[in-house]
Parts: sequence; C-alpha cells; structure tokens
Amino acid sequence: MALDSKVPKGPIKDKWTEYKNHINLVNPANKRHIDVIVVGTGLAGGSAAATLAELGYNVKAFCYQDSPRRAHSIAAQGGINAAKNYQGDGDSTYRLFYDTVKGGDYRSREANVYRLAEVSANIIDQCVAQGVPFARDYGGLLDNRSFGGVLVSRTFYAKGQTGQQLLLGAYSAMNRQIARGKIQMYNRHEMLDVVKVDGKARGIIARNLITGEIERHSAHAVVIATGGYGNVYFLSTNAMGSNATAAWKIHKKGAYFANPCYTQIHPTCIPRSGDYQSKLTLMSESLRNDGRIWVPKNMEDVMAIREGRKKPTDLSEDERDYYLERRYPAFGNLVPRDVASRAAKERCDAGYGVNATGEAVYLDFASAIERYGKEQARIQNIENPSAQKVYDLGKAIVEAKYGNLFQMYEKIVDEDPYKTPMMIYPATHYTMGGVWVDYNLMTTVDGLYCIGEANFSDHGANRLGASALMQGLADGYFVLPYTIGDYLSNDIRTGKIPTDTKEFDEAEKEVKDRIDFFVNNKGQHSVDYYHKKLGQIMWDKCGMSRNEQGLKEAMAEIKELREDFWKNVKVPGSANEMNPELEKAGRVADFLELGELFAKDALNRNESCGGHFREESVELDGEQKGEAKRNDKEFAYVAAWEYKGEPADAVLHKEELEFNDIELKQRSYK
Amino acid sequence: MNLTLKIWRQKDSNAKGQMVDYKVTDISEHMSFLEMMDVLNEQLIAGGEEPVAFDHDCREGICGMCSMYINGEAHGPDRGVTTCQLHMRMFKDGDTITIEPFRAAAFPVIKDLVVDRTAFDRIQHAGGYISVNTSGNTQDANNIPISKHAADEAMDAATCIGCGACVATCKNSSAMLFVGAKVSQYALLPQGQVEAADRVRNMVAQMDLEGFGNCTNTGACEIECPKGISLDNIARMNRELMKAQF
Ligand SMILES: Cc1cc2nc3c(=O)[nH]c(=O)nc-3n(C[C@H](O)[C@H](O)[C@H](O)COP(=O)(O)OP(=O)(O)OC[C@H]3O[C@@H](n4cnc5c(N)ncnc54)[C@H](O)[C@@H]3O)c2cc1C
Ligand code: SF4
Ligand code: FES
Repeated sequence: MALDSKVPKGPIKDKWTEYKNHINLVNPANKRHIDVIVVGTGLAGGSAAATLAELGYNVKAFCYQDSPRRAHSIAAQGGINAAKNYQGDGDSTYRLFYDTVKGGDYRSREANVYRLAEVSANIIDQCVAQGVPFARDYGGLLDNRSFGGVLVSRTFYAKGQTGQQLLLGAYSAMNRQIARGKIQMYNRHEMLDVVKVDGKARGIIARNLITGEIERHSAHAVVIATGGYGNVYFLSTNAMGSNATAAWKIHKKGAYFANPCYTQIHPTCIPRSGDYQSKLTLMSESLRNDGRIWVPKNMEDVMAIREGRKKPTDLSEDERDYYLERRYPAFGNLVPRDVASRAAKERCDAGYGVNATGEAVYLDFASAIERYGKEQARIQNIENPSAQKVYDLGKAIVEAKYGNLFQMYEKIVDEDPYKTPMMIYPATHYTMGGVWVDYNLMTTVDGLYCIGEANFSDHGANRLGASALMQGLADGYFVLPYTIGDYLSNDIRTGKIPTDTKEFDEAEKEVKDRIDFFVNNKGQHSVDYYHKKLGQIMWDKCGMSRNEQGLKEAMAEIKELREDFWKNVKVPGSANEMNPELEKAGRVADFLELGELFAKDALNRNESCGGHFREESVELDGEQKGEAKRNDKEFAYVAAWEYKGEPADAVLHKEELEFNDIELKQRSYK
Repeated sequence: MNLTLKIWRQKDSNAKGQMVDYKVTDISEHMSFLEMMDVLNEQLIAGGEEPVAFDHDCREGICGMCSMYINGEAHGPDRGVTTCQLHMRMFKDGDTITIEPFRAAAFPVIKDLVVDRTAFDRIQHAGGYISVNTSGNTQDANNIPISKHAADEAMDAATCIGCGACVATCKNSSAMLFVGAKVSQYALLPQGQVEAADRVRNMVAQMDLEGFGNCTNTGACEIECPKGISLDNIARMNRELMKAQF
C-alpha cells in the first residue's frame, strides 16, 4: 500500500484553516449515536477523551493505572512551549515551527509541525481556563522561561511540575464528562488487541487487571494514546508500566510503524549505581544553564577517584577536561541533548567515567556558586568577602533556582551536590518514532488513530525540550476532534457495533491463548530476566551510537533471546486475578519484537541523525570534523514498516519528506 | 544488609489476609524501597511462589501510585517522600520491617499491598473541575491576571499527588487534607469562583458518602503527606463550605 500523508494543498500557513473549512461535520444529534474508544489517558488521550465527550460523542476511555491522573505525563518537569510572544521577544508561529523542524534534524513532517505551532497558543488559553496554575510574574501575567535550542522565552511552566499540572487539567476536564455520563472510564484495564471489521477498527479486547476478565468493547473508531516505548531499554526515565503493547498490537494488525530507531537520550540523568536498578531519574536540563560538565584529564586521576583516593574537588582547573566547552566553544555546556549525550558517552567509552561503573561525568556548580556569590557580595556592598561568605551567598542563589533538584539528587545518591559535583549520565527518555499517521492522525488502518508520544509525526529525529507536552495536548484538544469528525460523518447510520461477531471471537481467542500460555509455561526465568537482557543489547548496540556490525548482531541476539523467552519464561499466579507478572510478560513479549524492528530500522538508516550517531556517517573534514553527518540525499524520508510476521521480514515503505518552507541545513554548534 | 520483612498477604478483596515473614539478603543501602521489594519478588519467583503485589509506576515520587504502610507509617520513616523515594539507607542491617497496605474503610484491599483508591476519583467527579468548554474558544490567557501570591498558593495546593497517605495515617481515615487541597486550588483562582459554592458542597458530600471519617485536628496527615500539603487547606475548605451555606 502506498503511503498517503493527506497533507492538504496550498500555502503552509493556510493548510489547517482551509482543511477545517472543508471537512465533513457530524450533526450534534448524530454524535450521540457514535462511540469512540480512547486507549490511554495521559495528556494526549485525556485531552482527546474530554474534548470528544464535550462534542457529544460517547467515549470509552482506558488506562492501566488506577486513575487517569497517574499517567506518565505526570512526570514531565520542565514546561510546555507556545508561540504567544507575551515576552515581545519576536516569537511567532513561524519561529516555533522553524525551531521545531530544525531541532528535529529535518526529519519531521512540515505540515504537521506548522499546525502544532499554530494551535500552541490555544493550549495555554485552554489550560488557564481550566485552572492550571502556571507561574505568574508580579503583575499577574504569565511567566516564561527559555529552553535549550531556541532564542526566545516561550516555555510556560508550573514549578518543576508542569506535566503534573497539565495532566490534572485534562483529568479535570475528563471528570466533568465522567460526571455527565459522556465518558465511561475503565481504570486498571489494559488493551491487548484491536478488532477490525471489514478493514476498519471497530473495537478492542481489554483485560480487567483486577479480575483478569477479558472484555470486548466496540466503537466506531479507536484512538491509541498509549505513550512511548523507551522501556524497550529496560532502564529509562519512563514510568515502570510504560509499554509498547497497544502500538505493537495495532502494528501487527496493519498499522505501519515509523522510525522505530529514533530515541532521545537525555544527557542529565542520575547514573546507574548497580544491577538492581529499576529506573533512571531525570535531572532537569535547566541545570546545564549553570553547571559545567567535566571529567579528569588524566587517567591516574580517574583511577584515584574511582578508588576513593581522591575527591573531584582535589583536582585543579587545569587537571579537568571541560570537554563540551573544549569541543563546542560557541554553545559550550548548552549544546542540544543529542550532542551533549554523545559527548558524555564518548568520554566514558574512552575510560574517563568517574564512578564505579565508569558511566558518569561531573556536572559542577562550584564556579556558578562562586560567580553568583561575588555578584551578590557586590550587590549587597560587602567589601572583601571571605571565601565562606562568597560560597554562602552563591549557594543561596543556586538553591533558589534548583533547590528541589539538588534535594532529589541528594536523596538518591546520598551526596551533597553543593559541596561535590553531581554525577550524571545519559539515559533513554523519549521516543520520536511510533505508529505512522497521516495528517488526520489516522494510521494505515481505517478508523484507527494514534496521538501523542505513541505516533511519529512531529518531532523528527530529535525532540526539543517542552515540545512533547505541546504535541500531546494539541493532538487531543485541537486536532483529533476535527479530523475524526470527518471520518465519523460516514458512520451516522451504522448503529451500534455488535461484539458477538467472529472478528471479536477471533481476537479474544488470540488474547486468551497467549495468556494461557504464560501462566501454564513451566519455564525457569522471570520476565525481568529477559527484559534486562534485552535492555543491555539495546543499549550496547542500538544506543546513542551504532554501527552496521553491531546492529546485525543485535538483530540476531534479540531473535535468539525472544525464542528463549517463549520457551523458558516463568509467570507465577493465574490468569483470573490481579497478576502484575502476567502484565509484564505480555509487555516484554512485545518489546522483544519491537527491539528487533528497532535494530533493523537503525541498520537501514545509514546516516547520523538527531538522537543517534551512525559510526559510518561522520564528517571527515572541515570545521565539523568528527561530528554527526546527516545524509539528506538518501534519507530525507520517514521509514514506515509493514508487519509481515517476523520483525526481520518487515517491509519498508518510504514517505519522502518535503521541505518547501524551510531550507535543509547542517546543524552546527561549534 | 540482611532484613526480615513482615508483609501483609491477601489473595483478593474477599480473602482473609495475614502477615507473612520473609528474609532478604544483600540489600544495598543505595536501593530504593521498591527496588528492595523487586529483589524479594525475584527471590519468590525463583522459589516458585507468587510475588507480592504492590502499586507503583513513576518511581519518582510524582504519580502517587505507590502506597505502602511501613513500620506503622504511610510511605515509611523518611519525611516528605513517597515509598518509591524512600531509600534503604534509612534502615539497618538486621532490621525487621513491617509492610502493610494503606488501611481505611474507603480504600478496600484489592490484593496484598494494593488498595482501591478510586473513592478519590469519585470525589473529583463530584466537582473537581472548572466547567469550561474544551473546544478552544477560551479567552486569551493573560486576560485572567492572577496575583503571583494567589498563583503560588494555588500551585502549592495543586501539588497533591492523590496518594492517600493522609487518609491512611489519620485515626479517623479522614480525606480532608486531600479534598481541602483540591477545593483550595480552585478557590484561590478567579476562574474557579463561579461554581465555588456548588463545588465544595458536592465534593464534601461525596467525601462523606465514600465513608471517609471526619477531621479532629490531629495533624498527622500534614506530617505524613509527601508533598507537604498544609492544614491551612482544611481550614480553607471549611470556610468555603460555610460560605456556601449562605
Ligand atoms: C521524566 C520526564 C520528564 C519530561 N519532561 C518533559 C517536559 O518538561 N516537557 C515536555 O514537553 N515533555 C517532557 N517529557 C515528555 C512527555 O512527558 C511525554 O512525551 C508525554 O507526556 C507523553 O504523553 P502521552 O499522553 O502520549 O502518553 P502517556 O502520558 O505516557 O500516557 C499513556 C497512557 O496510556 C495508557 N496505556 C498504555 N498502554 C496501555 C494499554 N495497553 N492499555 C490501556 N492503557 C494503556 C496509560 O495508562 C496512560 O494513561 C518528559 C518525560 C519524562 C519521562
Ligand atoms: S494531601 Fe498529601 S498525603 Fe493526601 S493525597 Fe495529597 S499528597 Fe497524598
Ligand atoms: S511510584 Fe509514583 S509516586 Fe511512587
């Protein structure tokens, strides 16, 4: 099947308006007869469910947590972008569009990104009206901060808890609809398959996670909003339950999966400290505004530090290698996430890592404390302040800016980051790849939509900070509610979709067989045993830097691991009860397939781009020598994979990317 | 460290539960409490036993899902943290640790340490929102100026993660800290004024219906709340309720 992005014709700035003017609408009285299933109630799904219900559709919403308020979106710290130009610093829809396309290393779809920038301002209005307590300045107006990779202040925030507050906003909008009876909420339910009737998505099979009961739910359209698949690495900043199951199941039923190899590795996370570790904790990127990143210059010092014979503070300035400042004098510690992450890995791979596992670099606030301290002394007219006084004054400033992060670090690592530099290391954070969708956010299956982090369209090969929240809410509040109406206008006479049909029988049987297999298999290894092994392969061979040989090995190793999993996995407990191990087993089974497709996609993409560095594709000379080399001639396309059984057999479809409004350029941070 | 764990095991909501003793060895002080539980569960699986079910997701102290009652305290002995942020360095080699589910009539046990906290959701359905259309035709955000002080105070109330530690800690199983925080967030913002009276009346009525107890000003909730939600919110809720009667 040829990929049709359905991008409307005409100038980019008019596309969305023109589109909205010409689509079919559903009469309000008819909306009552139409059911929509929304799977996932994070920012994307929650906002979609609330808005569809508001419009009059009957919505059934599903999430695996006990309440929509706990979706993974809750963890987002930094903020959400919007082109409001409240600061009068020259922001505009075009600028937000431009920054996002460039930040994504020119691998996103122009028309989608433009629409995102266009509706971004509406998101803030909507959230404020809902009572989201964004930060305010003393005049009572909204405050903004600036985020990596841009020159304007367009990030709205609510302390370090922006995701939480935005999600609570969407959740409150859902609550209103639940109270009106327009949303039926299914907490602690996991979607395990989609049901297709005559080629159209008409329902899902879900498991009630409390009773283990397998349920059938029908609808006229199905929306997948189940988040990203970063947990394919086992260790990531994602919530423990974040998974790829829904996305993978629809892939198996005909939805193409796009750019699986695009992952974002976030540079400032707390490093792993041992094998028992279950997740990695993100430290907000804003720390790089004041922290300097370094490792020792000499190997003897590295060894002395690892063995506890020296402390980082024992090393003088010239015994330290401030490698980002050295390599990227123009941007220094503020290079984008992909560049900072790769540089840290390069130093650690060369043996300069400063903790026991060799996977950590320092993020040092000593010079910031001193700089702020001296400045404060001057402001307060303190003459010849003692070193202690300067430290105290400076510490107070740093504390005011990042206090909660420092506290979090100290709780986890048990070291005082004011006194000794923080240790950080990159970690998997966000997945830019996902289910392929057209301009309508519809997958390659009729009536099956995919929104938020679960789809692929807006971020290209690398995501700028504060833009995922924006995309989730744009999709849910403002895009999907229009586009789905156009599709549903053909369904006003369809009537209720029955669930006692052979399509539902078959899907349910598949789901049940798989569960029965798990609880009856007499294996010897736990689910986590496999998940950890998969994560190790992914990190070593499909991580920040990759090469052909490693990727081929990864494909073979994952396949082998998957075969072993299906022979030897052990799942205690039964099917008809709450059984968290059983839930995990199903998710890891899907990761074991997705991981292989991921490696295959990375193997195909022989260019360095965004979050990933392909070792064969490097700038050989000039100013950019040694840096990542993108290859627009051969790879300016979306790789959309069609399922054909084994992941290795997946068939590649290309959506050529057009850049009519933005010129493709090399990104330079030198 | 080597530890003895006394854990509440309960097959499902109808079964009778009991405390069961387990031993874990080689626990690193750097582990989080939940990672220690992972170690126990791996051990149980290896031995052919059912692992202990417990709620958790973000493991960063923000989703509000984890809910253990450890040595007689909600979220354990540390202050201002959830169970997922509690570290094993708070314990000593050889310690015996008692682990129970959050206990309250309104939070029935589902299995082992997992309880049903959907009563909180139903209280929110009763009025925990501002009735604004989600169609996107709202006025410009800066047309609703809000003093920094009010915005900050609303934000403080809004940081509640809905974990239920306040209920589990309270001798009356009162949900007033939670409901107070929710009512306060909207009461402090101009957008929330229009429906303020109905909101507080309906939320409080639902709170009573769910079987939560009353507040007798002991203040244990504030001490155990991982997000430092202050008792002022209960006072504000009561004031709002009084106002709503007239
Ligand atoms: C630590 C951290 C910090 C971040 N900070 C920022 C930031 O500052 N700014 C920014 O823009 N972005 C940030 N991000 C990224 C951003 O938070 C996410 O990309 C975004 O919230 C994803 O939203 P979503 O609605 O697509 O998915 P999620 O919020 O992950 O929601 C997924 C939903 O799907 C449900 N679900 C999943 N599988 C199933 C299934 N099979 N059946 C039923 N339900 C299912 C879940 O229950 C949940 O409701 C951050 C991410 C992390 C991890
Ligand atoms: S008030 Fe505190 S203890 Fe109670 S639910 Fe909210 S965060 Fe948890
Ligand atoms: S697991 Fe999310 S708060 Fe503890």
